[in-house]
Amino acid sequence: MPPIAVKRKTDIGAPHYHGLLPPIIQRNYGKWVRHEIPRPGVLVHTSESGEKLYSVRAGSPRLLSTKTIRLFAALADEFSGGFLRFTSRNNVEFLLSDGGNVAPLILRLEGEGYPVGGTGPAITSIVHTQGWIHCHSAASDASGVVKSVMDELFPYFGSMVLPAKVRIAFACCLNMCGAVHCSDIAILGLHRKVPKINHGTLFKTCEIPTTIASCPTGAIRPATIDGRASLEVIADQCVCCGNCYTVCPSMTMNDPEDGVSIWVGGKVSNARREPMFSKLAIPFLPNHPPRWPEVTTAVKSLVELYAAHAKPFERMGEWIERIGWPRFFRLAGIPFTRDHIDDFTHAGETYKRSVQLRRSPAWGQGG
Amino acid sequence: MTNNKSTPLVDELEAGPWPSFVKEIKKSADGPMASDLLGVLERSYTEKIGHWKHGGMVGVKGYGGGVIGRYNDLAQEFPDAAEFHTVRINPPAGWFYTSEVLRRLCDIWERHGSGLTNFHGATGDAVFLGAKTAELEPLFGELLAAGFDLGGSGSALRTPSCCCGPARCEWACFDTLAVTHELTQAYQDEMHRPAFPYKFKIKASGCPNDCVGAIARSDLSIIGTWRDDIQIDKVELAKYVAAGKPDIVHDVVERCPTRCMRFENSTLSLDNDECARCMHCINALPNALSPGKDRGAMLLVGGKAPVLGGALLSSVLVPFIKLESPYEDIKELLAAIWDVWSEHGKHRERVGEFIQRIGLANFLEQIGLDPQPEMVAHPRTNPYIARHEDKA
Repeated sequence: MPPIAVKRKTDIGAPHYHGLLPPIIQRNYGKWVRHEIPRPGVLVHTSESGEKLYSVRAGSPRLLSTKTIRLFAALADEFSGGFLRFTSRNNVEFLLSDGGNVAPLILRLEGEGYPVGGTGPAITSIVHTQGWIHCHSAASDASGVVKSVMDELFPYFGSMVLPAKVRIAFACCLNMCGAVHCSDIAILGLHRKVPKINHGTLFKTCEIPTTIASCPTGAIRPATIDGRASLEVIADQCVCCGNCYTVCPSMTMNDPEDGVSIWVGGKVSNARREPMFSKLAIPFLPNHPPRWPEVTTAVKSLVELYAAHAKPFERMGEWIERIGWPRFFRLAGIPFTRDHIDDFTHAGETYKRSVQLRRSPAWGQGG
Repeated sequence: MTNNKSTPLVDELEAGPWPSFVKEIKKSADGPMASDLLGVLERSYTEKIGHWKHGGMVGVKGYGGGVIGRYNDLAQEFPDAAEFHTVRINPPAGWFYTSEVLRRLCDIWERHGSGLTNFHGATGDAVFLGAKTAELEPLFGELLAAGFDLGGSGSALRTPSCCCGPARCEWACFDTLAVTHELTQAYQDEMHRPAFPYKFKIKASGCPNDCVGAIARSDLSIIGTWRDDIQIDKVELAKYVAAGKPDIVHDVVERCPTRCMRFENSTLSLDNDECARCMHCINALPNALSPGKDRGAMLLVGGKAPVLGGALLSSVLVPFIKLESPYEDIKELLAAIWDVWSEHGKHRERVGEFIQRIGLANFLEQIGLDPQPEMVAHPRTNPYIARHEDKA
C-alpha cells in the first residue's frame, strides 16, 4: 500500500461573519429601524433600542497596498473599535458607535487622501476590472481610465446634488468580469481587430471544436494550413468579442488600436422602473493613456446633461425613456450610426414598432 | 530587480484628487514584484497594449480553482513580474472585517507575494494580486491557519456574496449574511473543484434595491421582498409633509410604477394589493415607510453578462419564499438546477442560456416546479405550441 499522507484541513470556507461584527451591530442585528445621511459619506442607522451606528464611507482605488490596509486597520482601531467593512463598490466603511469620532475620522481619512462621500444621489466609486494591470484579454486599462474619470467627476463623490445616484462601471473587455451591463454609465473596452491566428501553435494549444463553438456569430471555421489542422476567421462576420481567445490562446486579440465604448441608462434596482440594460451611446473612443481625455470628456458631458435635465429621483435610463432616445442623441450631440442598431439574436425586439414618436427638428419645418 | 525604473506616463496618475492606484503600487514597490509591475504597466501605457499572457494552469494541491495563473510576456526585462498569479480569497459574508484580521492577512501576503490586493474583486473575493508559483502552497497553508480559504474560479460555484443585510440595514427582508455563509460552507466542493458546464454565481440582496446587483450578475439571484402591507409611521410622515421635501405628490405618488398610492388631505394611502414592492416610496420617505413585517425573498435564475449568447437579467423562479435556516428548500432547488444543467448544459453555457435553449417550461418540468404567471412578463404570443405526451 502506498503511504497515507497526513491530510491537511481544507475546504474550511469563509470565516464566520458574526465575530467580525462590532458589538453595536451584534446587539442590534436585524433591529435597525431607520437611517439618515447627515452629510455626504456618513450614514446614521438607528435601532429599535435607540442606539445609533455611524458609518463613514471613504473612496478607494480598489487596488490597495497592504500598507494602506494597515492604515485602514489603524484608523479603525483609533476611531471604530477596530471594526470596518468594504462595500460592493469597493469603498471602505468604518463602523463607529461613538458619533463624536465621525468628524476626526473624516479629517484623518481626507488627510491621508481617501475622500469621504459616495452616498445618496452621488457618484460613488466606479466598479471595474483588472485591465493592463493584470489581464490577458484587456482592450484598455481599467485603473487608469477609472482614476482619470473619477478625478474629473470628483465633486460628485463628496456631494449629493444629482437627481439620483449615477452608477458608473468599467470593464476592459466583453467578458465583463465587472458585469457593467446594467449601469447608468458603462465604459466597456472593445477589441477592433479580428484575432491574429498563430497557426504554428494552434494545433497544440487549442481544441478546434471548442474554439468554433465559442464564436457567437459563427465566424470561425476549420482550415488546413501547411498540412496542419487549424482555423480561419471570416472577417466580415467577426465582432471582435474575444471569446475564441478565451478558449484558444493562439488567437490573440490585443492591438494598439483597441479602445472603449460608452453605454448608458442601465440599472439593477427595482425602484420605480424595472431593472434594465445599458444601451450603446458612443461606439468607440481611442485608448489615450495616461489620461484618456476623450473618455473623461464624454462621461462628464453625459453626467452634466443628465444633471441638467432629469427630474428628482430619475435615474439616467428613466430620464432617457421619458424624453425618448432620439432626443437624447440630439441633446448629447452624439451621432446616431449603424453601430447603434442591434443585429444580434434578439435585435428585432429593439426596433421601434409604432408611430408614437415625438416630432424632431431633423424632419424639417412646414410653411 | 530591473534597471528600467522610469515610469513617466504611469506617474501622471499619481496626481488628482481621487485615490491613486499608482500610489498604491508605489507603496509596495519597496518589494521587487510591485516595482516590476509598474515597469510592465508603463510599457502598456507606451504601447497601448496589455502584456499578460493567456492563463496557465497553476493552483494548490487538491483544488481545481481559486488561483488564476498570470504570466508576463516581458519576463526578461521584468523578471519579478514574470509570474504574477491572482489568489482569490473567500471573504466573510457582507465584507465585515476587524483590524486584527486584516493585519493578519497583510502579514501573510507580505511574506508570500507582491503586497498588492483588491478589496475586493468583481465577484466579491478578496484578491491577492501577484504570487509566484512556488509561494502558492505556503501561502495557502498560512491562509488556512488564519481561518481563510480560497474562493471559486473557472467552471465552478463562484464565491457567493451579499449586501450588508440585517447587520446594517432596516430594509433587509431576510438574513443575507446567514444564507450566504450557509451556502458557502455547504458547497465547498462545488466551489473548489470545477465540475459545472460553466461558472455559477449566487448573490443575495436584502431588498429590491438590489445593492449587489444580484439580478444582473448572478445565476441564482436571491432578492428580499415581503407579502404583507408596507408599514407607515404617521408621525414621521407628517414631518415630511410639513417639510415639503420630497414633494409627496410629484416625487413619490406619481413615481409609483403601479399608481397604488393616493395623497389626499395630508393622508397617504396605499393599495397594497396593487403594490409591486419596488422600494421607491420607501427610499424616498425612509423614516415614514418601511417594508412589511412578513418578509422573505424572491428567487430568480439566469442572470449573466454578454458572453456568450448575450446578456440576461435573472427571471422569476420562486415568487416568495420565507428563506429561513437551515435553508433546505433553497438547497433542494440548487441541487435540482445543478443536476439538469450539469447533465444537459453545453460546455460554457450559463444556466440562463441553457434555460433559453431548452425553454423555461421544460426547465421547470425538469427541476420539479409548476409554471406560474409570475414567471413571465406575458404569455406566449406565437401559436407554435408543442404537443405533450400525457405523462400521467
